[in-house]
Amino acid sequence: MARSYGVTSGRLVHIFNEVFAVTRLNILNLPKRVATSLVAVVGVMAVVLVFAAVLSMAKGFERTMLAAGSEDTAIVMRSGATAELNSGLSHEQTLIIANAPGLLKDGDRAVTSAELFVLVDIKKKSNDSEANVPLRGVQAAAFDVRLNVELVAGRMFETGKNEMIVGQAAQREFKGLDLGATVQLGRVDWTVVGVFAASGSVSESEIWTDVRVLQGAYRRGTSYQSVRVRLEDTDSLAVFEKALADDPRLEIDVYTEKEYYSSQAEPMSNFIRLLGYPITFLMGIGAVFGALNSMYSSVSARGTEIATLRALGFGPFAVLISTIIESTLLALIGGLLGGAVAYLAFNGFQVSTLNSSSFSQVVFDFAVTGDLLVQGIVVALIIGLIGGFLPAVRAARLPVAQALREL
Amino acid sequence: MSEALANLQGVSRVYQKGKERVEVLHELDLVIPAGDFLAIMGPSGSGKTTLLNILGGLDQPSNGAVTVGAAELSSMSNSQLSHWRSTHVGFVFQFYNLLPVLTAQKNVELPLLLTNFSAKERAARAGIALDIVGLSDRAKHLPRELSGGEEQRVAIARAIVSDPALLLCDEPTGDLDREKADEILKLLQVLNRDHGKTVVMVTHDAQAADFATRTLHVDKGKLESRAAA
Amino acid sequence: MKYLGLIWRNVWRKKARTSLTILSVLIAFLLFALLNAVGHALTSGAPLSAAQRLVVIDKISLINLLPISYGNKIAAIPGVRAVTHATWFGGYYQDPKNQFGQFPTDAEAYFDIYPELELPDEQFEAFMNNRTGALVGEALAEQFGWKVGDRIPVSATIWTRKDGGRTWEFDLEGIFTTSDPRGTTAFMLFQYDYFNEARQFGDGLIGWYVLSVADGADPVEVANAIDAEFANSPRETETSTEQAFAASFARQFGNIALIVQLILGAVFFTLLLVTGNTMAQSVRERIPELAVLKTVGFKDGTVLGIVMAESILIMVIGGGLGLGIGWAVAQSLNEALAAMIGGGIFLSGQAFIVAVMIMIGAGVAAGIFPALKAMRLSIVDALARG
Repeated sequence: MARSYGVTSGRLVHIFNEVFAVTRLNILNLPKRVATSLVAVVGVMAVVLVFAAVLSMAKGFERTMLAAGSEDTAIVMRSGATAELNSGLSHEQTLIIANAPGLLKDGDRAVTSAELFVLVDIKKKSNDSEANVPLRGVQAAAFDVRLNVELVAGRMFETGKNEMIVGQAAQREFKGLDLGATVQLGRVDWTVVGVFAASGSVSESEIWTDVRVLQGAYRRGTSYQSVRVRLEDTDSLAVFEKALADDPRLEIDVYTEKEYYSSQAEPMSNFIRLLGYPITFLMGIGAVFGALNSMYSSVSARGTEIATLRALGFGPFAVLISTIIESTLLALIGGLLGGAVAYLAFNGFQVSTLNSSSFSQVVFDFAVTGDLLVQGIVVALIIGLIGGFLPAVRAARLPVAQALREL
Repeated sequence: MSEALANLQGVSRVYQKGKERVEVLHELDLVIPAGDFLAIMGPSGSGKTTLLNILGGLDQPSNGAVTVGAAELSSMSNSQLSHWRSTHVGFVFQFYNLLPVLTAQKNVELPLLLTNFSAKERAARAGIALDIVGLSDRAKHLPRELSGGEEQRVAIARAIVSDPALLLCDEPTGDLDREKADEILKLLQVLNRDHGKTVVMVTHDAQAADFATRTLHVDKGKLESRAAA
Repeated sequence: MKYLGLIWRNVWRKKARTSLTILSVLIAFLLFALLNAVGHALTSGAPLSAAQRLVVIDKISLINLLPISYGNKIAAIPGVRAVTHATWFGGYYQDPKNQFGQFPTDAEAYFDIYPELELPDEQFEAFMNNRTGALVGEALAEQFGWKVGDRIPVSATIWTRKDGGRTWEFDLEGIFTTSDPRGTTAFMLFQYDYFNEARQFGDGLIGWYVLSVADGADPVEVANAIDAEFANSPRETETSTEQAFAASFARQFGNIALIVQLILGAVFFTLLLVTGNTMAQSVRERIPELAVLKTVGFKDGTVLGIVMAESILIMVIGGGLGLGIGWAVAQSLNEALAAMIGGGIFLSGQAFIVAVMIMIGAGVAAGIFPALKAMRLSIVDALARG
């Protein structure tokens, strides 16, 4: 028993040594085949670069949207409305909602904010084109209802005045929103009195003001679109929902903020992914062709060398594996380079786009995350494996006699 | 005495390799009568291939004059030399130098692509050339499907297809066995005696030189003469 | 032309290598075609006659409503041939996920201003005679399996009815198609009168006006005149061409064009490397053969031309195949997604021309260095090596 085990492991070691020796020769030989090897590397690099760039857009967009999502905050909108813009609530309804059970209290008032937003045209700094920016009317508890919002400059607007506070991202992306600036929207002049941050979430792409002032300026009477509430704790959602469902005066839907923003983000990020994966797939196929080309060329360039090795007694298996290793190694280098460039060039790069769900601009940045880079490397390795396999088979099968004749 | 086809006067060929100055041909004078079959022999590096190249307009002398037929090669531009070569000289090399991607026939037609002949005419002329070298039945084969001797015959057919006056051969039998070599040399003789081609052949092989009418020796860039028996 | 045989056989010298290179080229141009076709749909949503139509919205915000009384005033402005209005109804059919455009409008004028929409006369008559009638586009009817005569309930999210209900019922009186290849038929039209009578609030208010400009009139002048008319009134207007209006949305998607260009840039850069490498290898292997060509009398320029032609040929074959496949895929994508985004996914003539230029340009770029090398090689040295 022990002896056969020894023989097997002996064989394994032997094979391993062979593979190691041949592979080492391969690698040392690489500088002579720089041109073709470079082509394979660059091909894979391009694939991983594009992959990382496009998908980091989706990630970044999602991250911004979901950062706003908390399980402790719920949004109430009219039944059937999938977006605030499509929803409408009367003043009376907002009061009923604010008095429902299950809500966090501040003193004897629940922490709620009945809100309404309109889209205003403001120019982008990047290309001077006009964009739909959300101007949101909020109530005093707006900061408390959301978990991650805080003022970083200036002060809160005063109720009843044409004052506004701008989100950090909005200020960076759009023109004329600096502290103290006057913004003319329609025939009303607004003053920017503060800047707020919201941990990078979509709220930072918005401009806020007093909801009553907004209603007046845009002739909305006393109607609202949504009510945001702070739940007492995560379990009180059910209680809250039931109370509202049982009330015949209301026809509403309740979502946690997390759910809501998730569904808002979905179409856009799905769209980006829908573009990203197929493009990467196609490019990947192209890269496989490039790798195949390089490897076939490498195999024929090494023909006599391989034949010599075979004549010396190295097995075909070692030749096969070493070729696959070479191909995978080249692809890995390409993948690492592609990932590195993507990270350095794109990570944190700010852009804004129209979110089709809400019709308004969302400012976000490219997020080249660790798991994306890992995915990219996996893609690279797959390309390397596929691109190396057939040439490896050919290398292993090369008739020794024929190759030696060509010496 | 027949008219001179080629005339070299005081031809020298010097190569500058970095700081080294190599004189491959040294003030060479040579007259080749039309219809001659000349063998040129000599040790490696003696300059015989360079001499052949200069005769064929592939290389220019550093000094001296080269005249072949009515053309003064030493004063012609690259472009003029190209044009001249296509109709006045045929080359045969030791390693055949056929294009592996073309059939025997297409290889022979190659020089004719430079002319205005129609495809039909080109095919016809190539057919004649292949006939002369005895390979009509292998016209559609690729070089890799031919033996060494057959490849050389295709190369010869290519060399004569535009009916040049001068045939330059550089070690034409160098890669062939005795039997095949003799066949090629006999063919060259036929081309010389029956078709009036002037043949200049560089060779290592003394037996090959026996097929020629005249043998010259080149050593260190200079000529020594010895008539054939 | 006579060199074509030689060029063709040179290209296929090493079958595997050439095939793989052509496949790489194919992929590159397939991507080009697809990205162009899809990008095209995203950035130019406007139908063809859009330059002659103007859209009037509330100046402050696209969401704000305008009074219906503006209609007559707009019609009276010189240069305005016909005017209609529409409003975003924002409802859904059965499931909130089934959202599509429903527009209460002045239908007669609407079809006048959008002549590309086609509808059988009897269906139009039936619609005009039915207060609760609805006209639906072909794509939409197909999506939900609707037939003329069906009763279609639409749930409103914004527009509650006077009786408090939110379900609006319509009789499908007609299904229209469009003759514009880039136009969509994924929407529904119904009577403004019904809408205005039955809605709980917003009496007399509509979303936007669309008008067509009279022949010979300058759209920009007309637009300015309209905005001047309502300047300083409680609701000021902003008028732009339908094309500009659609484009402004497209622009809001940020630099999709830039991103597409960057991707294509990376792709084509790699492509140049791959093909350039193939050409370089091909020339390197053929030094003696190229020398023979020159020996036989081929001029230097001709040799350059032959190598260049090989490079360009590879690009053209791969590119042609890639474009062809891309075009076919774009066609079927277009049909498949017609309901959702209403056409627009196709390879424009301009993109096609650009592709051909790239093929030739890339062929030259990939082949130039090997070709120069071939052109310049010294016959004597090359033969000595061989």
